[in-house]
Amino acid sequence: MKNKKSNQAVFMLRNRKKSRLRESGYKYFFLCNGLLAIFVLGGIFYLLLTNAWPFFKEISLKEFILTKSWNPTGWNGASYGILSMVVSTLMVTFGAMLIAVPLGIACAAYLAEVASPGFREVVKPLIEILAGIPSVVIGFIGIVVLGPLLARILGTSHGLNAINGSLLLSIMSLPTIITLSEDAISSVPIEYKRASLALGANKWYTLIKITLPAGLSGIVAAVMLGMGRAIGETMTVLMATGNAPAFPTSFTDSVRTITSSIAIELGEVPYYTTHFHGLFAIGLILFMMTFFVNLVSDLILNKYQEVE
Amino acid sequence: MNMRKGLGVIVLVLVFSLLLLGCQPKEKEQGLSGQLQIKGSDTIVNLAQVLAEKYMEEKPKVAVAVTGGGSGTGIAALINDAIDIANSSREIKESEINQAKERDIEPVSFAIGMDGISFIVNENNPVKDLTVEELGKIYRGEITNWKEIGGDDREITLYGRQSNSGTFAFVQEFVLLGDYSDKMMRMNGNAQIVEAVKGDKNSIGYVGVAYVKDENGNEIPGLNVLAVSKDANTQAYSPLDTESVKAGKYPVARAVYQIIDGKPEGIVKDWLEFVLSEEGQNIVETEGFFPVPSNLAAENDENLK
Repeated sequence: MKNKKSNQAVFMLRNRKKSRLRESGYKYFFLCNGLLAIFVLGGIFYLLLTNAWPFFKEISLKEFILTKSWNPTGWNGASYGILSMVVSTLMVTFGAMLIAVPLGIACAAYLAEVASPGFREVVKPLIEILAGIPSVVIGFIGIVVLGPLLARILGTSHGLNAINGSLLLSIMSLPTIITLSEDAISSVPIEYKRASLALGANKWYTLIKITLPAGLSGIVAAVMLGMGRAIGETMTVLMATGNAPAFPTSFTDSVRTITSSIAIELGEVPYYTTHFHGLFAIGLILFMMTFFVNLVSDLILNKYQEVE
Repeated sequence: MNMRKGLGVIVLVLVFSLLLLGCQPKEKEQGLSGQLQIKGSDTIVNLAQVLAEKYMEEKPKVAVAVTGGGSGTGIAALINDAIDIANSSREIKESEINQAKERDIEPVSFAIGMDGISFIVNENNPVKDLTVEELGKIYRGEITNWKEIGGDDREITLYGRQSNSGTFAFVQEFVLLGDYSDKMMRMNGNAQIVEAVKGDKNSIGYVGVAYVKDENGNEIPGLNVLAVSKDANTQAYSPLDTESVKAGKYPVARAVYQIIDGKPEGIVKDWLEFVLSEEGQNIVETEGFFPVPSNLAAENDENLK
């Protein structure tokens, strides 16, 4: 009897050991998954940095950042200035934000505060589907539909310009902005609204003066994430903005963004030349731009959570 | 679970062994058999592919493999003795010939067709012909308004290819002799340029001749194909006029080549005879190129002997 009991105890102990082992196994498995993401990010950054490094040995940072002409295969010698494409990228991105931010926040406010729950249940998933449309399809729409339309409206000879790119990118960043802003607005405590309404404010006043400011940090983070998507988008702008490398002077000019330049030139560049390393250098600039935007949105989100 | 896994493995093994069986060379009978490796120019990779398919229909025991990579890549592979035939959309360079000779390779070039670039404008544009010099000035950004070359008072919109295109390089070398205007829009492909020019009254673009012809060889609607003259004193010719391209009168045309090592023998000789035959040249034409002009054809015959 005694023997049996001790046997059981040993068995249980073993079992417990086993399950503890299994538990720590799971723990390490998930830890590895988490580390993998960091490792990949670090790896990409390292790769960009080491491949871009030889470029800066030959071209001064000043020429790289402050001159306008990017023409590594020029007839009379190469030139490596990224000013035009950085300005083009910023122009297209901010144009997109100019359209997407008011539209996105208004839509989010409507969904969170005004729309009936039934309607919201239908519309929100539909907006999320919009995020799944491949960028090449959106670019195609830019060429076939939006381009000719813009040409007619603006009275220009063609519609492959910065406005076209901005409009398409605004469509692409809308789902991010709407869904995240809607979450931010919905999570504003109901007491705020009740207090406002109890003081005699109407629904509109409550929305503008109470709910939106209270959810502001979440909304800003949503906008930043949408912007990150717009900056890095390649296929759509490659197809719809015309890719003229000239320094843009207005929104009706054709522009060539950083992403388009890399996509066009990486296919034909001889490896390990200044041009090759130069493409990594502009990739590094792009990485830093999106990294900065994401960092800002992350900081804002963190602050927002602390307030909660 | 294990059963299923086992089954999966068996199926995989079966599939692979079937694939391997399919790859095994069939037993030899009379007639030519063997392999032919062709590599090089992206401009003519499709043409070479179609030629290879037709050739293999006639000579089922010969396997022809065609890959792209660019003219330079193809010629380098020939010099390294990795392939049988190099496709090239330009003449072989002196330096490449020297490199080849160092390795005991004797490159012999065969012109297999002509590639013409057509310059196109919108159908409403009154300009019908231009000289090569004018085209150069337009694309370098020195002429920016159509009225300077006899058209309406409109600013010119430039359409061209991206720098990874052979056509981009060809036009730059033959017409511009300088940098493209940074106002030129870099389009993704020939078809996109054709569509843009159709919709843009101020436009000019350049594309391969195949893209401005329909199945019957007529000009497609919506655009005009410009006639081009060498200089102000010579007559302008249209790239759609096959006879003048063949006679070498259209100025923006170049021969495309296949380059081999030494005297053609065996399969290589048979292949080249097929490509240069009437049947082969018909394929060259249906693929949007022009047949070999008579002066180059004579050279080919000499090299084939």
